[in-house]
Amino acid sequence: MNSLLFFPLLVPLLTAALGILTRHNVNTQRKVSTLGMALYLIVAIILMQQVLELDYITVQSGGWQAPYGITLVADILAAIMILFVGLISFSVILYTLMSCKHNYFSPAFHPLVHFLLMGVSGAFLTGDIFNLYVFFEVMLMASFALLTLEGRAEQTEGAIKYVVLNLFSSAIFLGGLGLLYAKVGTLNMADISLISQQAIADNNIGPIRLAGLLFLITFSIKAGMFPFFFWLPASYHTPSVPVSALFAGLLTKVGVYSLIRLHTLIMPGEILGHELLLIMGVATMLIGVLGAASQMHIRRILSFHIISQIGYIVIGVAIKTPLALASAIYFIGHNIIAKGNLFLVGGIASNAVGSENLVKIGGMWKAWPQLGIIYLISAFSLAGIPPLSGFVAKFSMVWATVESQLWWVMVAVIVTGLFTLYSMVKIWNEVFWKDHPDSNWKFNKSKNLQRLFPVSLMALLIVLLGLGAGPLFDVCLRAGEQLIDPTAYIQAVLRT
Amino acid sequence: MSLVIGVCYASAVFLLLQKRLLQIILGIALLGHATNLLIFVAAGLHGNSLPIISDGMQSLPETAVDPLPQALILTAIVIGLALFGFSLALAYRCVAVLGHDDIDQIIHTDSLDVPNLMDNSNS
Repeated sequence: MNSLLFFPLLVPLLTAALGILTRHNVNTQRKVSTLGMALYLIVAIILMQQVLELDYITVQSGGWQAPYGITLVADILAAIMILFVGLISFSVILYTLMSCKHNYFSPAFHPLVHFLLMGVSGAFLTGDIFNLYVFFEVMLMASFALLTLEGRAEQTEGAIKYVVLNLFSSAIFLGGLGLLYAKVGTLNMADISLISQQAIADNNIGPIRLAGLLFLITFSIKAGMFPFFFWLPASYHTPSVPVSALFAGLLTKVGVYSLIRLHTLIMPGEILGHELLLIMGVATMLIGVLGAASQMHIRRILSFHIISQIGYIVIGVAIKTPLALASAIYFIGHNIIAKGNLFLVGGIASNAVGSENLVKIGGMWKAWPQLGIIYLISAFSLAGIPPLSGFVAKFSMVWATVESQLWWVMVAVIVTGLFTLYSMVKIWNEVFWKDHPDSNWKFNKSKNLQRLFPVSLMALLIVLLGLGAGPLFDVCLRAGEQLIDPTAYIQAVLRT
Repeated sequence: MSLVIGVCYASAVFLLLQKRLLQIILGIALLGHATNLLIFVAAGLHGNSLPIISDGMQSLPETAVDPLPQALILTAIVIGLALFGFSLALAYRCVAVLGHDDIDQIIHTDSLDVPNLMDNSNS
């Protein structure tokens, strides 16, 4: 049963390989891709179920026992991440099938998406920090190619910023790895955790802290945190809409996930200051939302919002109580779905009205009210209006700050929520409510009805996430408790 | 060796701060090499025999080198090569599309009227 852990890696890899083989036949490739994605989703659900039963699943690849071999390990957090990643990827694939022109995509699109998925799942499942680096690179390579798929001017420009900063962060990560290995002599995260705990007890944390800070910089760059977020709004709005949605759902979340692991497992305790992370989180949140408020371009507003939402999650990680971690995890799940859906809806809308520049468009509500409703559900969820999923996420986060008596953080969280609402309403006003500036603009709804299917599915999911928040949040709480005390994780990996 | 690494890092950062695309990419490549050297040196330059347990021996000889950093570096070199190749291709594409390689002029992504990607022709 433990070999279940290989499937989230094998399924995308094989699908990508088959996708390359069938590149000459668009229809076959699409079928293969959809099938592979459905299979991945099924694997994710089974994994979730198993992990809820067993708490931890570990497998030692190649039969080499930890800490010498490479361990794959799934706890509840990893299983949740895999599940949500599966959901958003599946919706994005559905979107490309139903909402895009038949031959719009280059034949490389589907295989690259699956390679990306493989890198992301590998990063979630691995228990070895060098392996994490390798999966980061798999993910980056696929994302570089997806970003520049059409090779247009602004894409190559966005890609240069994205590539240079991400390669720089990879080099820092690798340097940190080298220094950490020199100090602790192991790469297994559970083993490193034991040694760092020992180092805290011996009051000798200097060298480990150095490596930890290098990791912190790396993961902050990947997550798009203040002060390293500049690459994100410069590049996320340049690729095609499905790719944007996929990036929004997956890439920054991998950075945040690694940050959670770093802060709770690899460097537990006070090796990295909580205050540092807290200040970075609050700054990320405020600057992201203020950046969004000043934009007049649909996907650029949404890109800045990614940054702002990352801030929320980081605050949860920094406070580091079970409740704060649970709300951070719930927030990740909610954010993957809501943000991805907003990108897709924005894509459909801008396609119908002909531009993403908010000044030049409008009139969608009269032309297509169904799309407006779907947009409202996703946007209000992001802004945190009850009973949608964002409300639960934000409410629990506020509650966590109250519990820890961090009043200034609480104020920042609420202010950010208001500004989020402001920019969501701005998109609503400009795209849907006001009349289209060009009075000759016409829109034929009947041709486009099927394009609504994937986004309405996601909107339904958002509503369900909000209504079913009780049991879901219990699962997140369990995940949070697992993270607070890494002893069981270490035991599961090292079998001591 | 530490001095070499330091010089490598310094030159890499200097190159990264230049205006032209090719220099930046060379800077990234140099940064990768500096990091590989860092792993190599940080893990310790001791030992002078192969890390192989030959016939009749129970454990590794005391003088054996640690094989793991070399494995890490090898992996990093392979990944670095692929990324370097991609960056060069990207730079080529950039020059072909934009007609220059001056990153001070890479400002199109900030304009609002980036042509909309029509992923559906029948709308």
